[in-house]
Amino acid sequence: MNVEVQGPKRMISLLSDDGSIIFSISESVVTGWIVILIVLVLCLVLTKDLKKIPETKRQCAAEYIVKTVNNMIESNMGRDLMGYAPYIAAVFSYIIIGTLISMIGFRSITADISVTGGLALMTFTLITYTKIRYNGVGKYLFSFVNPLNIISEVATPVSMALRLFGNVCGGMIITMILYGALGALSASVYGLLGLNADVYYFNIFQIGIPAVLSIYFDLFSGAIQSYVFIMLTMAYIKMGKE
Amino acid sequence: MNSMNEALLNAQATVLAAQAIGAGLAMIAGIGPGIGEGFAVGKAIETIGRQPEIKGTATSTMFIGCAVAETTGIYGLFVAIVLLWMNPFLKLLTGMPG
Repeated sequence: MNVEVQGPKRMISLLSDDGSIIFSISESVVTGWIVILIVLVLCLVLTKDLKKIPETKRQCAAEYIVKTVNNMIESNMGRDLMGYAPYIAAVFSYIIIGTLISMIGFRSITADISVTGGLALMTFTLITYTKIRYNGVGKYLFSFVNPLNIISEVATPVSMALRLFGNVCGGMIITMILYGALGALSASVYGLLGLNADVYYFNIFQIGIPAVLSIYFDLFSGAIQSYVFIMLTMAYIKMGKE
Repeated sequence: MNSMNEALLNAQATVLAAQAIGAGLAMIAGIGPGIGEGFAVGKAIETIGRQPEIKGTATSTMFIGCAVAETTGIYGLFVAIVLLWMNPFLKLLTGMPG
């Protein structure tokens, strides 16, 4: 049984003369560019020649998406914070496409702690900005008189990053362990039947069975976790306003 | 020189075994979220049984609560991942940086 869990590979490297790496771009970043391209193309296609009265299904879909996001922001954050709607929608589409991209063979970008850490830092910056904007610098600094607040301030981005990373990465590890176990099972079945495993190297049990787990770990868990990420972002920003 | 190599190998084997045991122990953290989420889902079903008209709200709130309750389990998983695949103590032993 051979289980290897790998982190994101180095895709593009800038080497110095003696062959050591000066600068490298990881697989997650390159996949992230593809995700950004997908989102961009979706936006361009959906918003092509808009009419005042919608005529195409495309425009109805675009209006439906915008309306859903606006309703969600209004019910969760209130009318004053409607300006955050584009940010929330952008983060949501980036996370959900980046997670579900594993279904077409790429590595999920959210299975890399650097990506989720970056997203959590962005949210942390927004929370701090909202706190200072609505309450002033003095009140923000005064809240750190109680040292426990520093811990809870730091714990917010850490827990957000680790939650998204752990769910996606844990699902990936479980799928890989299952693949290894099924490969070992089919090898032992070939052994029992007296067939040479080197000739009949076709893991019959690896067909179909991992797909059932993939529905939960990739599709369901990925969608729920991206939803939870933006819900928590909205909740924290709203808390920062008060 | 030979006995020193042997001592280092022995130490590495001990560290590897301890890492595997530690990763297994770290996943005991999965018990807590399991019990907690089961409790939350049970309460949500009770609520839906009592007031079927708020099914949508109760379900989405339950999912968010479950995801937040999962965090402690995820911390345990993270420690297990670091112990199994990043070998922090093995690097400490051989004096390699990082």
